[in-house]
Amino acid sequence: MKSIATLALSLLALPIALAASMQTSDADLRKLTGQIKVDGSSTVYPITEAVAEDFQAAAPKTRPTVGISGTGGGFKRFCAGEIDISNASRPITKTEADSAKTNKIEFIELPIAFDGLTVVVNPANTWVTQLNVDQLKKIFSADSPAKKWSDVNPAWPSETIKVFSPGTDSGTFDYFKEVTVGKDGKIRSDLSVSEDDNVLVTGVAGDKNAIGYFGFAYFAENASKLKLVPIDGGKGAITPNGMTIEDGTYSPFSRPLFIYVNAKSAERPEIAAFVNFYLANTAKLSKQVGYTPLPAVINDRATSNWKSKKLGTQYLDASGNKVQGSIANVYK
Amino acid sequence: MSNISLQTKRILKNRAFLALCLLSTSATILILALLIVSIILQGSHFLFNSDALSAVFAHGELSQIPKIFRWDFLTNFASRFPEKAGIYAAIIGSVWVCVICALLALPLGIGTAIYLEEFAPKNRWTALIDFNIRNLAGVPSIVYGILGLTAFTRMFGLFGSDKNSALAFGPDDAWWHIQFPFGQGLLAGGLTLMLVVLPIVIISSREALRAVPSSLRQASLAIGATPWQTASKITLPAAIPSILTGAILAMSRAMGEAAPLLVLGIPVFIANTPDNLNDNFTVLPFQIFNWAGRPQESFHQLAASAIVVLLVVLICFNGVAVYLRQKLRKPMA
Repeated sequence: MKSIATLALSLLALPIALAASMQTSDADLRKLTGQIKVDGSSTVYPITEAVAEDFQAAAPKTRPTVGISGTGGGFKRFCAGEIDISNASRPITKTEADSAKTNKIEFIELPIAFDGLTVVVNPANTWVTQLNVDQLKKIFSADSPAKKWSDVNPAWPSETIKVFSPGTDSGTFDYFKEVTVGKDGKIRSDLSVSEDDNVLVTGVAGDKNAIGYFGFAYFAENASKLKLVPIDGGKGAITPNGMTIEDGTYSPFSRPLFIYVNAKSAERPEIAAFVNFYLANTAKLSKQVGYTPLPAVINDRATSNWKSKKLGTQYLDASGNKVQGSIANVYK
Repeated sequence: MSNISLQTKRILKNRAFLALCLLSTSATILILALLIVSIILQGSHFLFNSDALSAVFAHGELSQIPKIFRWDFLTNFASRFPEKAGIYAAIIGSVWVCVICALLALPLGIGTAIYLEEFAPKNRWTALIDFNIRNLAGVPSIVYGILGLTAFTRMFGLFGSDKNSALAFGPDDAWWHIQFPFGQGLLAGGLTLMLVVLPIVIISSREALRAVPSSLRQASLAIGATPWQTASKITLPAAIPSILTGAILAMSRAMGEAAPLLVLGIPVFIANTPDNLNDNFTVLPFQIFNWAGRPQESFHQLAASAIVVLLVVLICFNGVAVYLRQKLRKPMA
């Protein structure tokens, strides 16, 4: 009788003990101290800010700081070992990964949310009802760019296209460029550029012949002033929304957002606790600040990569070539 | 006859010029008023408590006056919820870097001005220095940010990196802890802002010293005072009100700078205040920059509220400058 009770008790205790080993307890969090330095993409910033805000409340003696140097600027600092975590709105490039290697920086790559890149035109624009990637290439490419709408489609008016784009140091620009004109292509230079996406919103909203692109959150806040363009990625035109972004049908413009954790920093308890906290809460928090959560299966894979400290990026193969495809294919 | 028409023409010209001056003055004031009113209106939601406002002004409940302002906007840290967000870290950070900047830039700048104006010989070298200082005053502040990044944040890589410093004194959490390089700490920020305002302090101090009538100097020297006695007892006291005005205007400039600190890579989100000179910080203009770039309208309102606070701080600075000038001004005779 006694042994059965012991067995039952230990069976009961087992999952609790397991859970405790996975998650730092609240009391342990309160004891943590130390700096957690995060910098990088301003697109990822709102999510990391939300995580840092809640983490700070749970672990009041730690000092998380989050900067907005841009994806490129963040990686520069990350690869020099200046920060613990880098926010990125695109995967790390080969050049950046090489620079990390030279500085003996190892890292863990973790996808944390989706951002839909939206292409928008002015509401008075009646002719554009959808665009495919080829048409976008015609509009944005530096090689013989379409000067007028009629250059894209002869049925469209013969009026000059006004092009608006985020700044060249942003991951948003990099991602858009790669999808439309390719890695080695060039985006036209006669466009209006702003680091502040609100300026792009105002620009497109104020000009009948304008076209621009930025993150879904900026469209969602200004939906009445803009016209969303459904994108045909080869399987029919898809309008971006929470559902099509999450399940990946809004292709190719549903892009994953990442954090990169310095592997050496990850050995520090406060960093480990912060990343645990990040992965456990990112679904809830990313939604709160206007992004689309990753499918649970990708989040699970990211979490298991984190637990097993899987080093390096999934976006570069062994010989350093870029891995293409949706995140579901890359994160197997 | 022609004499009279000439007369009226003269008077007409005078009136036309007066009208032109009035027009340009009122245009300037109108633009400024428009800007301030629109910013205050946009920021009013996070600055004022509408319930308390109506209680005081509509119902005359004077006990509600302290509740008019939403003080928690000043005492909260940044947050993803606009209603809970505040600028505490930014205000404290701004004050800290400005104090550091003032303590470094004012002695250096005023000292340089005294030397160049009172002691230095007028030759090709001082002319070259003078030319360079005037040029530096026109350099965009972001350029100083790049200099600050190399010289203060990274210190040319001489002492390792900020996270792995080769030269550090004191435990990390001690108030006197100091380490090289300065990283994104207060010292790096203060020193970088010092670079931005130093040329301004030097130039305005020199103008102030130059405005002291040379008859005063000559009289002092004529009765046998040394150049140092002349400078410290005669010229400097006469010039100090204008020097202070220039200094405080330079500090307002430092308070409003975001670009050079952006280059240093200082954070936007920080929910702590600095313990020592190496601690991270953020500043008001940077917080405004971040909020203004967010998609949600509430964050734009927060940015406007923070701009109002920044304007109030700057007005206080300028008020102190005016007060000091009036108080310290002594009749020369």
